[in-house]
Amino acid sequence: MSKRIPLHWRLIPHRYRLLGSECKRCREKFFPKRTVCPNCRRRGQIEEVGFSGKGEIYSYTIIHVPSRGFEFLKPYVMALVKLTEGPLVTSQIVDCDPEEVDVGQKVMLTFRKISVDGSSGIIRYGYKFKPKTSLSL
Amino acid sequence: MTTVGIVSYGAYIPRYRIRVGEIARVWNDDGEKVSRGLGVYEKSVPAMDEDTVTISVEAARTALENAGINPQDIGAVYVGSESHPYAVKPSATIVAEAIYATPDLTAADLEFACKAGTAGIQMCMGLVKAGYIKYGLAIGADTSQGKPGDALEYTASAGGAAYIIGRDKLIAEIKDTYSFTTDTPDFWRREGQEYPEHGQRFTGEPAYFRHVVSASKKIMERNKLKPEDFDHVVFHQPNGKFPKIAAKKLGFSDDQLNTGLLTPLIGNTYSGSSPLGLAAVLDEAKANQLILLTSYGSGAGSDSFIIKTTKGIEKRKNVRPVRQLVNRKEYIDYAIYAKFKGKIKGVALER
Amino acid sequence: MARDVAVIGVGMTKFGEFWDRGYRSLITEAGSKAIIDARIDGKDIDAVYVGSMSPGRLIGQEHVGALVADYAGLVGVPAARVEAACSSGGLALHQAYLAIKSGLYDIVVVGGVEKMTDVSTEHATVALAGAADQEWEAFHGITFPGLYALMARRHMMDYGTTEEQISLISVKNHANGKLNPYAQYQYDVTLEDVMKSSMVADPLRLMHCSPITDGAATVVLASGEKAKKVCENPIWIKGSALATDTLSLHGRKSITKVEASAMAGKKAYQMAKVKPSKIDFAEVHDCFAIAEILAIESLGFCKIGKGGEMVENGETWIDSRIPINTSGGLKAKGHPVGATGIAQAIEATWQLRGQADKRQVKGAKTGLTQNVGGSGATCTVHIFSEEK
Repeated sequence: MSKRIPLHWRLIPHRYRLLGSECKRCREKFFPKRTVCPNCRRRGQIEEVGFSGKGEIYSYTIIHVPSRGFEFLKPYVMALVKLTEGPLVTSQIVDCDPEEVDVGQKVMLTFRKISVDGSSGIIRYGYKFKPKTSLSL
Repeated sequence: MTTVGIVSYGAYIPRYRIRVGEIARVWNDDGEKVSRGLGVYEKSVPAMDEDTVTISVEAARTALENAGINPQDIGAVYVGSESHPYAVKPSATIVAEAIYATPDLTAADLEFACKAGTAGIQMCMGLVKAGYIKYGLAIGADTSQGKPGDALEYTASAGGAAYIIGRDKLIAEIKDTYSFTTDTPDFWRREGQEYPEHGQRFTGEPAYFRHVVSASKKIMERNKLKPEDFDHVVFHQPNGKFPKIAAKKLGFSDDQLNTGLLTPLIGNTYSGSSPLGLAAVLDEAKANQLILLTSYGSGAGSDSFIIKTTKGIEKRKNVRPVRQLVNRKEYIDYAIYAKFKGKIKGVALER
Repeated sequence: MARDVAVIGVGMTKFGEFWDRGYRSLITEAGSKAIIDARIDGKDIDAVYVGSMSPGRLIGQEHVGALVADYAGLVGVPAARVEAACSSGGLALHQAYLAIKSGLYDIVVVGGVEKMTDVSTEHATVALAGAADQEWEAFHGITFPGLYALMARRHMMDYGTTEEQISLISVKNHANGKLNPYAQYQYDVTLEDVMKSSMVADPLRLMHCSPITDGAATVVLASGEKAKKVCENPIWIKGSALATDTLSLHGRKSITKVEASAMAGKKAYQMAKVKPSKIDFAEVHDCFAIAEILAIESLGFCKIGKGGEMVENGETWIDSRIPINTSGGLKAKGHPVGATGIAQAIEATWQLRGQADKRQVKGAKTGLTQNVGGSGATCTVHIFSEEK
């Protein structure tokens, strides 16, 4: 069911490196990427742009009833991370005790396995975020 | 002769730790006795969503941050490991994509037990020195599996370090490299097998010691150097004892060895072992210091390097020092360890 | 030339977990009841609209517009399924309204149906997650309760909404559901029951979440002219509006406001020429308890951020200022996804006809229904009135 190899391949640079879009006309940055600027539409000038991976937690929840494929990670933290450049990203927060997570906490990009297609299919890597405390690296 | 050396480096160790005593509890071994015997007290454990590739990316990203170079100028990426997530499909390409070194580069995965990482450094040195590439990235990383109940389960751990090799902006010059290689079946894993096997006491004298001592002796001889000339020495460290014995055999002191000896607290990170040891030394090293690095990979071989730090090392500090990574930890018990390491049937990050 | 649209018949199945009822059986029961209630004949029907979110994943069946017309004995009649995740029912109602307004059809049957228990709960949850952004939300491990939990936490932070206020909604809706013979759950729950129930996605608990349900609901709409001929007490649709917002929660301008609901609400109020204060009761989309607070705020029943207080002050009970979810809401009545929007319209109709029995809102003249898709990417709002 979860093959869709070309779909996952297309999203590799965006998932690995937080590659998004910027409209050169209205200067708004978008993550995930967009092909049409919602502000400027046909007058927009969309280009690829990277994000630093720095941000802070805008909201979070601790998932106790997991999504399929994430059963053994529970309880895990899902958050809306506000990137310093503006956009909100939906992502897991890792490398910390779920109880330590809080709104406003500074986080940084990390690289982890997101899901795996069974024992013989491809591994899908991508972005997660971890707290940016001095000891958390 | 063109200079070649280390532009920057980066390290990564997962946050979880399991104590040797906790593993011993499960097998009814005497934990204290085991710890004393091995010189290892606890080891690092990867989270369920970590693997050799994610560890390599973290280490590589740190190295890049430390270097301040454009990743597009990296012309080669080599990942050395014995726990690549795919048997066919290189970890190196995933790392290359994650750090945006693609598409103008060469890449490959390496396997030579615990010395695959240093083999990668040698390969990068060759390409850089020959003028084919500006920078090369060599990574040694592992999430090695220890067979439950086997002695190696006490030490097989997870971690890695990445080295950017280049011609200029060096923090350390690699003055020479020499390898001693033979066909010695001390430790191996057949294709399709989950856990490695080893020759027990055979892994000592004819394997680790023969190669580490021979390589170190020969490289010092041909460079007319003696142990006293070095400020630091780093050996492959499968446990806390072997490197000390090797040091003694060669005439090095504990002082020279200690900065780079991490295994007592993080276990044996296999391909990450000597690269991480070197990183710990580089974190503390001053300018113009001499370092001897000798790795060891079962099967068998040792890569030896004579490294001299430059003035640059005091200006470009590692943003994520190895000791900080060693000290940031969370302890888990054997059940959680088994869950994380995929030792429980049917438990994995899978859909 | 403006045409009026009225509800002339309603019918629904009980909502619940039915091992012995399939998709076809459910929709034909609801459809037959509605057509009989409308006192029309099959040959009078100009079109059939079906709201169903996920028959493909839940019963492996697409092309359900044709299926429903076929099994209703209406072979040949124009039929189509529409989908907008959990607002598929509301969307079907809106489509039917548009069809009659256009003048092309006079009598349209609108059914909503979902058969969710032929697959495992896990599989049903995956199907429901189709309403979220697959590449940028679902892929990363967020669940539906998780999305609403993200909204809840922020709402609690920004406005001081409490877990207690959120939990009171479940208490109220169960009390109402107890009075509804069609509801999946017909028992009371206490505040303690709700607040001690197991955590699903912090801070949302099991008792804050609507269930997995089978069920079907159908209404018959007619043009004003036809309605007057066949129906003694037509209930007039004074406003019918649809609005969208970004698919993903992270794309929204605000995660504590359901902008699509505010927009659709505004349009509906304009069409009906009424203010929020004129609404006597409302059926809103409480897929998770926090959603009811977001609904009453976005629909203007109270100021933004004051929804929790409004609930705490008891203003939304059956005999209070503005009864919300007298049917029991999605929480107690159940949430057979595609059927929900239609079931809301049925409750509104019963209230305005004076047929809501023990749930009757005294003197109800104008009612509102709000149906939301996903985490707020689609919203339909309908306003019903006793008067033309």
